[in-house]
Amino acid sequence: MLKDITVGQYYPGQSFLHRLDPRAKIIGLALYMTALFLVRRLAGFGYVAVFTVLLIASSGVPPKVALKGIKPIWPLLAFTLVLNFFLTPAGEVLWRWGALKVTDAGITRGIFMTLRLVLLLNATALLTLTTTPIRLTDGLERVMGRLRVPMAHELAMMMTIALRFIPTLIEETERLMKAQTARGADFERGGLIARAKSLIPLLVPLFVGALRRADDLATAMEARCYRGGEGRTRLRPLRYQARDGAALLLAGGLLALTVADRYWLRWLN
Amino acid sequence: MIEIRDLHYCYENGTEAIKGADLTVPDGEFLAILGHNGSGKSTLARHLNGLLLPASGEVLVDGLSGRRPEDAWRLRQRVGMVFQNPDNQLIAASVEEDTAFGPENLGLAPELIRRRVDEALAGVGMAEFKDKAVHLLSGGQKQRVAIAGVMAMRPKVLVLDEPTAMLDPRGRREVMAAALRLNRDEGITVVHITHIMEEAALADRVAVMAAGRLAMVGPPREIFHQIKALRDLRLDVPLAAEMAWRLRERGVPLPEGILTSAELAVALCPLY
Repeated sequence: MLKDITVGQYYPGQSFLHRLDPRAKIIGLALYMTALFLVRRLAGFGYVAVFTVLLIASSGVPPKVALKGIKPIWPLLAFTLVLNFFLTPAGEVLWRWGALKVTDAGITRGIFMTLRLVLLLNATALLTLTTTPIRLTDGLERVMGRLRVPMAHELAMMMTIALRFIPTLIEETERLMKAQTARGADFERGGLIARAKSLIPLLVPLFVGALRRADDLATAMEARCYRGGEGRTRLRPLRYQARDGAALLLAGGLLALTVADRYWLRWLN
Repeated sequence: MIEIRDLHYCYENGTEAIKGADLTVPDGEFLAILGHNGSGKSTLARHLNGLLLPASGEVLVDGLSGRRPEDAWRLRQRVGMVFQNPDNQLIAASVEEDTAFGPENLGLAPELIRRRVDEALAGVGMAEFKDKAVHLLSGGQKQRVAIAGVMAMRPKVLVLDEPTAMLDPRGRREVMAAALRLNRDEGITVVHITHIMEEAALADRVAVMAAGRLAMVGPPREIFHQIKALRDLRLDVPLAAEMAWRLRERGVPLPEGILTSAELAVALCPLY
């Protein structure tokens, strides 16, 4: 059961999006998100949706895989939808049951918010689907460094190490579960509290083990001359290409379009 | 050349781990350090690249001392160290990225890192695995990647701190073969810490540590010949050597200095 957890969800490919510099993708995503939050009317999502569909189509990632990111959070989406349906006070009342009422404004708002979330998730998923974890952390390190985020290198190194050790820790958890099951532990039965309690004999050795690993790893890193980000070079340095400029122009164009839609084009209707 | 002079070391809790050790390792030697748990052999190893600093005495590698801050990083580049647990010393998720970690820390140019990574992986027979995720490798393969990661920094000395202790017999053979090859073909000085006698038998010289002191130093044939002394230190001898000794005790006319089962077979066959 634990084996199903995959780290990162990179979908190998050679598309334009795949070859894009991770920094360009991260900045592009930031522009996209800004655009998404500037949209004020349902029709305004048109531009963003078309842009997103084109992105997915050009990435070579099968739409099924690209949309899979929505699956785990559909309860959140349903919650957003229902909450907005019932809790928007304005508008014409369409249906009423006691204190609960649904208005036309509520329906619009619910669909609006859900659509925003779906688009946001798809774009973010597309970033992780088309970027290897190493390039993603490299990109984040450089972007954060540029923004003067303190400890940018340390944060990126932590992510690199986390990516490396998640499979190892999953393996260890499975081994511990087997060992505890052999001693009569039961992880499957009982109420919520009983189950949470049964995790204690699992978590304690797991944490102790993780701390020992961290200690060993620190020694090994020091033995290999690690002394922080200063003066460190990379096997595959990031280099901006012409296509990265083009991608940023595209994302900027989308942002400009939504801004125009919000402030000027809407008067045309 | 490694020079250890009158080395003493105390842990913070007051245990005296090394109580005076003197040892010189010439360039290109394959030295095995044998000893029980707690004999101080790992502590000694960690002095070789300055991870630990002596309480008194001196440890010099080509004249570099971990005590001098300006030497510390050059010392770590010159003395590569591989540790016991294969899972706890690989830093990056893929074989190639991990091998590049050391050269990246040295601040080398990307093209040079690329060349060194390819050479180091080829040197331990892991070139074809360079894009693999490290958690999918076997123990022996992980340890060979760890050796490659160290070799990519172009050290002159390779310190192996019980790299085979957690491996299966096949992994052990792979790691030993890689270490022996680097020693024979590339002239790397190897200090191999182990408690497996068969591995020590392959070394040029064996040092036996007991209770924080170097109890014996000499070529394997000389060391494993002193079966009584080794027994007193609660150490075994290689199975073939022990068998030859027992047979000789019972009057079988075998020559002295038998170490491996092949030698034992050659000596036994003409007798019957």
